[in-house]
Amino acid sequence: MNTSSTQQHRLSETVQQLKPSGIRRFFDLASTMDNVISLGVGEPDFVTPWNVREASIVSMERGFTSYTANAGLIELRRAVSYYLESSFDVSYHPESDIVITVGASEGIDAVFRAIINPGDEVIVAEPCFVSYAPIITMAGGVPVPLETTKEHDFKIKAGDLEDLITSKTKAVLLSYPNNPTGAHMSKEELEPIVNVIKDYDLLAVSDEIYAELSYDHEHASLPAFPGMLERTILISGFSKAFAMTGWRVGYVCGPKDIMAAVLKIHQYTMMCASTSAQFGALEALKNGRADVERMVASYRQRRNYLVKTFAEMGLECHTPLGAFYAFPSIEKLGMDAETFAEAFLTEEQVAVVPGTVFGSGGEGHVRCSYATSLESLVEAMDRFKRFIERHG
Amino acid sequence: MNEKELEILHLLEQNARMDIKTIAKLIDQTEEEVEAMLKKLEENRVIVTYATVVDWSKVNNHDGVTAMIDVKVTPQRGVGFDEVAERIHRFPEVKALYLVSGTYDLQVVIEGKTMSEIASFVSGKLSALDSVISTTTHFRLKTYKHDGVVFGDDDEDHRMMVSP
Repeated sequence: MNTSSTQQHRLSETVQQLKPSGIRRFFDLASTMDNVISLGVGEPDFVTPWNVREASIVSMERGFTSYTANAGLIELRRAVSYYLESSFDVSYHPESDIVITVGASEGIDAVFRAIINPGDEVIVAEPCFVSYAPIITMAGGVPVPLETTKEHDFKIKAGDLEDLITSKTKAVLLSYPNNPTGAHMSKEELEPIVNVIKDYDLLAVSDEIYAELSYDHEHASLPAFPGMLERTILISGFSKAFAMTGWRVGYVCGPKDIMAAVLKIHQYTMMCASTSAQFGALEALKNGRADVERMVASYRQRRNYLVKTFAEMGLECHTPLGAFYAFPSIEKLGMDAETFAEAFLTEEQVAVVPGTVFGSGGEGHVRCSYATSLESLVEAMDRFKRFIERHG
Repeated sequence: MNEKELEILHLLEQNARMDIKTIAKLIDQTEEEVEAMLKKLEENRVIVTYATVVDWSKVNNHDGVTAMIDVKVTPQRGVGFDEVAERIHRFPEVKALYLVSGTYDLQVVIEGKTMSEIASFVSGKLSALDSVISTTTHFRLKTYKHDGVVFGDDDEDHRMMVSP
């Protein structure tokens, strides 16, 4: 008997068809090398502010070690509700419209499982976070990529969106500020997109995890548009703005019927998010404003540094308006993104992520995270310059 | 003071050796603009000096003792605490001097080679001043953090090298 074919039967066909993450390959390659400067990290370089860590420690000392309500600590849901209302002008009821999840990632998974019937199509603006398409596929849906390009600053065009809508389209997934491009869409730019979503009676899933990291313009939250609250599911969390990636605390907000379904899934799969992490998140919302501002100011400076240095090198890079990624075009070197990233890592020991791992529209670009110390950025840019001069 | 000047101050407070070119890129200004702002900040003594934080405990055979002395004084008519403060800060051993609220009036930070050197400064010079009523001396035993900088190595990056 052929062992490998037997073993294949052990696995779900859906899972077998999922493409392995392109990030993983670069992680493995970079791990074998010394003296690597990584611009490949998708998380803040700050450690979680001490008051947040301390609040979590205190909660454990006081014995808060049991489950919380499935939807999360009510105090935390109230704080999320107040935060969203005061920051982004969106109104969610803490009792019925908010579920605290294990990071935004669990939220994305629960949302698609809650709304997708087999074969439903979800239009996904790409390049984007690597997990969207696999999660939609695992939920039985069909991800339909909507390519955004550097010519349009990686923003969605209403006409392109409309062209992809079929009778099977269920939802549109957007994420601005965007990972990996750093693109941002203003209120005026989102208006025509919102109109298409409403005209075709679609749902919108808006991943706004980078909302706080908007450097030049105010963040425009999708559910804040007239008529969008009842058709938008908002996903966010504490990882990026509050430097809490390892805590795994996020939240989903949306209309009552959808949130009841999300809660049903969440209670069967997770029961609740980690209790001590929820206490930390509560402290972050209550007393974290100054820390967020300090970190945002620092990212903005490093963004400026990177964009200006790329310009000096003659490398085309649209100005990222949010998140902590620059997405320069490496097309002029005549290499594809994978080749560039591999050669750059091997020759100069700098890790960047090829744009292709983030979906269509990513070819010809690499993602450079500037959530790293200024000293490392300066050194990485020197190596960048050397590499370009050698290959240009 | 404008926002860009504030940014410069915060950057230099963390790293006084940051060069003008880097500052210019970080705050999105030209090098000439940064130079002009620096000149103004220096002239107005907003930037008082460019100093270095040294962990002297790592320097072999460096003998040095630091003490913080709480001083209670009688304020003088017309000049308040300023006159006695000036008399105190003129001593070169005095590293820092603050007027503080609370039980004491002045906090004096002094550096000496040995404890007895500090003791003789307190008894011979500080307490000898007419307006000084009392002093309480605290010797510094260990520095954990100074001017916002943590001593010791705690800035290791624990993150994975590549992540989504």
